[in-house]
Amino acid sequence: MIDLVISAAISSIVGFVVVLVMTPPLIKFLAKRNMAVKDMNKKENVMVVRPGGISIIAGIIVSEIILYAFLQLNEILAILITTTAAFAIGYVDDRKVMGGWFKPATLAIAAIPIILLGAYDTDLAFPLFGEVQIPALYLALIVLMIPITGNTINSIDVLNGVASGFMVIASFTLTICLIIVQNYEIAVASLPLGFVSLAFYKYHKVPSKIFPGDSGALALGAMYGVIAIVGGVEIIAAVALLPAVINSFLFLSSVKRIVEHREIKGKPVEHTEDFKLKATTDETAPITLVRLILAGGPLSEKQVGFAIFKLAIFSGILAIITAFMMEIKL
Amino acid sequence: MKSGIFGFLFGMWILILIGGGIVVTILGPISISGFGDFDWIINSGIKAVVAIILVVIWVLILSKFKNWIFRKEIKS
Repeated sequence: MIDLVISAAISSIVGFVVVLVMTPPLIKFLAKRNMAVKDMNKKENVMVVRPGGISIIAGIIVSEIILYAFLQLNEILAILITTTAAFAIGYVDDRKVMGGWFKPATLAIAAIPIILLGAYDTDLAFPLFGEVQIPALYLALIVLMIPITGNTINSIDVLNGVASGFMVIASFTLTICLIIVQNYEIAVASLPLGFVSLAFYKYHKVPSKIFPGDSGALALGAMYGVIAIVGGVEIIAAVALLPAVINSFLFLSSVKRIVEHREIKGKPVEHTEDFKLKATTDETAPITLVRLILAGGPLSEKQVGFAIFKLAIFSGILAIITAFMMEIKL
Repeated sequence: MKSGIFGFLFGMWILILIGGGIVVTILGPISISGFGDFDWIINSGIKAVVAIILVVIWVLILSKFKNWIFRKEIKS
């Protein structure tokens, strides 16, 4: 147990510090190379550099390598390989505009190391009712889960600080849930996700100095998905991710196809004169979580972000209740 | 922000719990034999079809639930 605590502390601190220290020079480097995009929610012509995924993945790689040195688990290797692959996929999309199917298809391939390393259990655990054995189906679930969690986090990366802030809440919730179900080793392996997200949030919060880009969002989302699989807490992880799932669900149910946001013509949100966000009445625009939050009236970018964090905390509480319910059998 | 989205989250959570119950009590015990080496493929195929049907039903219920909650919210 002492080993676990020491490895948890070292890997979390190192991951946090790597992102904290590496991001400012990365911002300067990206700015010099003019790798910046316009922040659409600012009145002035503000350009923000990206992709911050480079510092995110550096923090994750260093901390997971430290953990592997301590614990020597295939599960940690699976986290490391799949997350790095998701980063690479996102980086390709950051540099070159790819089609709507590129990310889901390649993220499915990125999930294969989890299967090859045997870092999963084919029993799917549900609260109150127990487990169900689905050996063949579970393989399909693994291949589906990484694209879903990766793209789900990517889809909420629409406002300053939202993706990283949301990941801080969701990943620490997942760590607490892993402790509740007594999966301590994977709980330790999940800690760097929360600390890396927290360090990146410092630069990503309103007003953003850097955006994570697809590389950052996909790396965070894919790592979350792998932890859910190798930790055997797929249902709990889905509950903690519900606000982001709602966003994807609303988007897909209104657009009715897999498509990149940039391909959508109707705007779900517009700006008031004082540059607050306001829901549009455009019927061709997709319904999104932000649009629904703004249905009650215009809000600032920061207020919308905090509204999403409140939803994340609410679903986090539901996830923790779900974790306790895993121990109860009807 | 109105309470509708929290209600929608809670509704999704309840549907997950109910879905879990259906999967464990109905889908899990399904077992067909008599096809030799193909037993596991047929079993998995049947379970996959039932799971997909459950997901479709889940999405349809959620869509209705979403419309009901947000229509109510817009009226208020």
